[in-house]
Amino acid sequence: MMFRSTAVSSLARLTTAMACCGLLSACTEGILLPKGPVGAQEKQLLLEALIPMLMVITPIIFLTLWFAWWFRASNARATYRPRWEYSGSIEFSIWMIPLLVILFLGSLAWVGAHQLDPYQPLASKRKPIVVQVVAMDWRWLFIYPEQGVASVNELAIPVDTPVSFKLTSATVMNSFFIPSLGGQIYAMPGMQTQLQLQASEPGNYRGLSAQFSGDGFSDMHFQVLATDEAGFQSWVQQARSSATQLDATAYDRLTADHKVGEVAYYSPVSDALFDHAIDHATKRPELTSGVSARSPGTTLSSAGSEH
Amino acid sequence: MSSNVVSLDMPSGESGVQLPSRQHVTGFGFYLYLLSDGILFAALFAGFAVLRTATDGGPDGHVLFSARNAFIETACLLTSSFTCGIAMLACDRRNKFVALIGFLVTAVLGIVFLTLEIQEFADLIAKGDGPGRSAFLSSFFTLVSTHGLHVTCGLLWLGVLLVQFLLRGFTPAILRRFLCFSLFWHVLDVVWIGVFTFVYLVGGYL
Amino acid sequence: MFGKLTLSAIPLDQPIIMGTCIVLILGILAILALITYKRKWGWLWTEWITTVDHKRIGIMYTLLALVMLLRGFSDAIMMRSQQALASSNGHGFLPPEHYDQVFSAHGTIMIFFMAMPFVIGLMNFIVPLQIGARDVAFPVLNSVSFWLTAAGALLINLSLGIGEFARTGWLAYPPLSELPFSPGVGVDYYLWSLQISGVGTLLSGVNLVTTILKLRAPGMRLSMMPVFTWTALASNMLIVAAFPILTATFAMLLLDRYLGTHFFTNDGGGNPMMYINLIWTWGHPEVYILILPPFGVFSEVISTFSRKPLFGYRSMVVATMVITLLAFTTWLHHFFTMGSGADVNGFFGITTMVIAIPTGVKIFNWLFTMYGGRVRFTSPVLWTIGFMVTFTIGGMTGVLMAVPPADFVLHNSLFLIAHFHNVIIGGVVFGCFAGLTYWFPKAFGFRLHEGLGKAAFWCWFVGFYLAFMPLYILGFMGMTRRMNHYDDPAWLPYLLVAEAGAVLILVGILLQAAQLVWSIKKRQTLRAGADPWDGRTLEWSTSSPPPPYNFARVPQVEGLDAYWEAKQEVMAASSQPYEAIEMPKNSGLGFFVSVFAVIGGFGMIWHIWWMGILALVGFFALIVWSSWDENDEFELSATEVALFERTNPHAA
Repeated sequence: MMFRSTAVSSLARLTTAMACCGLLSACTEGILLPKGPVGAQEKQLLLEALIPMLMVITPIIFLTLWFAWWFRASNARATYRPRWEYSGSIEFSIWMIPLLVILFLGSLAWVGAHQLDPYQPLASKRKPIVVQVVAMDWRWLFIYPEQGVASVNELAIPVDTPVSFKLTSATVMNSFFIPSLGGQIYAMPGMQTQLQLQASEPGNYRGLSAQFSGDGFSDMHFQVLATDEAGFQSWVQQARSSATQLDATAYDRLTADHKVGEVAYYSPVSDALFDHAIDHATKRPELTSGVSARSPGTTLSSAGSEH
Repeated sequence: MSSNVVSLDMPSGESGVQLPSRQHVTGFGFYLYLLSDGILFAALFAGFAVLRTATDGGPDGHVLFSARNAFIETACLLTSSFTCGIAMLACDRRNKFVALIGFLVTAVLGIVFLTLEIQEFADLIAKGDGPGRSAFLSSFFTLVSTHGLHVTCGLLWLGVLLVQFLLRGFTPAILRRFLCFSLFWHVLDVVWIGVFTFVYLVGGYL
Repeated sequence: MFGKLTLSAIPLDQPIIMGTCIVLILGILAILALITYKRKWGWLWTEWITTVDHKRIGIMYTLLALVMLLRGFSDAIMMRSQQALASSNGHGFLPPEHYDQVFSAHGTIMIFFMAMPFVIGLMNFIVPLQIGARDVAFPVLNSVSFWLTAAGALLINLSLGIGEFARTGWLAYPPLSELPFSPGVGVDYYLWSLQISGVGTLLSGVNLVTTILKLRAPGMRLSMMPVFTWTALASNMLIVAAFPILTATFAMLLLDRYLGTHFFTNDGGGNPMMYINLIWTWGHPEVYILILPPFGVFSEVISTFSRKPLFGYRSMVVATMVITLLAFTTWLHHFFTMGSGADVNGFFGITTMVIAIPTGVKIFNWLFTMYGGRVRFTSPVLWTIGFMVTFTIGGMTGVLMAVPPADFVLHNSLFLIAHFHNVIIGGVVFGCFAGLTYWFPKAFGFRLHEGLGKAAFWCWFVGFYLAFMPLYILGFMGMTRRMNHYDDPAWLPYLLVAEAGAVLILVGILLQAAQLVWSIKKRQTLRAGADPWDGRTLEWSTSSPPPPYNFARVPQVEGLDAYWEAKQEVMAASSQPYEAIEMPKNSGLGFFVSVFAVIGGFGMIWHIWWMGILALVGFFALIVWSSWDENDEFELSATEVALFERTNPHAA
């Protein structure tokens, strides 16, 4: 069968890749290869929690297998203690060990949750870039209020500069996630969430939605272009040269279009467009312009045969 | 039942320790179900608490609720619990007449309660403040109608029970069923006190 | 006249679905034909459909679970195959509209119609026997519970051939599950089928709690109950406390979809976040409902096959009850990324970790039960040891995700998928298989073939690791869940290994099917008496299978492991005469209630209002009619009891 032979030929790649990730060193991309301080701290916390736990469960697994083997019925050398069912000291230990481990991990959790609170601004000498994010079906709109531009599915950010995200959704729940840069946050209709991220290395990173939002979900990824300051400015200029403006009406039309998006730029962008976006999501869907129930190949089709 | 019979009703071990009677077991099980119903209401109360300010620019409880209506409904329901209690005491004494009257008055008061409630709902809906108007109204209607639906089912149940009672008198099955009904009715009363307090008083007049 | 239902609801243009439906229909027709040919309809009606015997009902629950395992697993293989084929944005063979239904059905069926019935089936069969009771507290209600669950399962399976299923994931988050974004019948199938089976489950919870608290044999104090009964008590208390929340939440979503209310809609002030909170307030206790009875199974199995009492009985019980209470304190860890703030996230991270403490205590107790024992490596023991290793890993990854910032990068990724399959397969499924093998001889009088059972275990065990360890790595690599296709080719090798694992599990399942068929064929050779494993608890004192009344004489209990203690002394056979026993009569109520439930559910799903109303009226009429006959017991005379006891030897 087709994928059998692919599997065999992939075995070599697989072994290498598994060794890579297994040893927590160079992979292609992922949360273990953070490219920013937030991701780096989250990875650090992950390892600080994982390693002690591995140290606890490894002996337990070993003991499980060893006790089962040593005390097998055919082993005459093992002492049979048919009535041994209680030991105060063991009882004490088996409550204490998990308790101590959890005390340690619990404090990690508490401190970590506060240090890495997505709403808390990052410590930096530079002024943060503000990006307003709107999740749509099925693409991402990025509004740069201070630069007066907007883009679809392309997020450009300058390196070593904190980016302060404000997020919402035009339709259903999504989750804004750039694995290389740090943790995710839900984007919800009628609500605003916040996230702080920063890139420490230039590069192209993958962004995606991590909360299932419908038929086009698998295509709902975007590119993150982390460049130096000059590169960022030239991107802004490029976006500014776009002839399409994004005002409330254009925005409404954009959200009504239920399809996967290609990269696009808008300039100028109306003031308070983000507030309009939050407000717009709370309107009755049939009152919003152009939401058609019969666009081909979209999710809004009734029961029965699809294409 | 003959003393030789070991039964699901009254099984007994050789040492003479009795397993609980069927009446007891049924009552306990029904009570557990009522606790679960209480959690159902708790979830609806939680929803109401969260959504009580989500009026979507529409009216809130202070505007909508009538003090007079709520007080009369509460009086009806509390009194009906009292008459239900009287009827149960009569059952203990096997007094057919008092039991019947007690349950009938309970039923009548229940019907009055429901009529007032349906009237209130009809008025609200006619004004355009139905359950679809806002999240607040959705949670109000759902919480109060869930209680009302329970009352309705209770009344239907009572009706059937009274017919069976008139035909057969105090059989063990009917006594068990009256016990369950009275538990049901009293718990509905407790839930109504919650509704009255949090929806009408706190959410309305206070 | 027929609401939204038209002939176009049948997906004639989808070959996979049509093929499956044809096979299913043919299979069902073949079974019906076989029953007719062998003239077994009367037998089926009296012995199974209208039975109120907890043992029969337990067997039916288990059978339902095994059948639905096949359905849920087919969905799993389809998902794995799609992901193996759809690398570099290939299309695979399942378009998103179909794939989304597959993964939603997979989760829904596995949790509600495989795991729940399996666990409830085991508890139903065993608990009354373990506590020395003749049946559960409410036998007719027990039948109603089973048939309501079956009704829900039927409705979900109808969605395959008539209409569509939900495309929202197994918890149907709004706003995606609201009308503007799910206008079809899929979410309605989901909601009605789960509401119906949810009522069944709740009633079952009430039934079993009452049974355990009120119908124990005289002398059996709570501190003398077998551990499986304790975990059954805990699980059923959780059912009673948690399922009403599910009912209420689904009712709210139904009202949004049918009456235009605004609980969770985008407009009108609706609050989708409230749905997530409510559903997980049910959802987290639900996973403890699922895992606690398997914990009990492992306790029984490991102590029986180590020939030692369970180590630390009291701390096991305390740990179980602590888990039961704490189950309600952790729900927010399912959505740390919703932005609730550091204090809230930190609090729930800590509570989630705290619940790992009693769980860890249990693992140690099982460990020390083996210590000093004489362990026999039967297949239940293999499942148990497999569980101890696997569940520990899965628990660890769970505690890892309980650290909120770690969860920020792992939430909804394949790491999460690997974690919960790790604990559900390693815990619930392994436990149910262990329980099935362990108690099968009690239920049927012959053992399951050991060789095939062991082979099946190894396929499941190795297959599980192949299928899910790569997913942990994929989660680290940034792959999220529910993807129909993807563009990063680096993910493909892992998904291929995962597919291989799924195929190996398939082999395991086929081996289990073969085991069942072969064991039935060879049942004379595999014949088992009352006590094939040298057990410790009361169920082993009855014949295999037990008589309808379980115990001719109600046992007197004086301590823990009552049966084991009794075996150690030479007991004089009781010379007391047998007494007549009152047994509950069969009842068709459960079956007919479910018929109306299916009709009503189907009607409501398709907006065929007259059908829904008719079913409701029919339901009420049925209840009233069935209540009319107060005589719901019949007497088994002492002579009949004596005859049965003579012809069915059991342990003295």
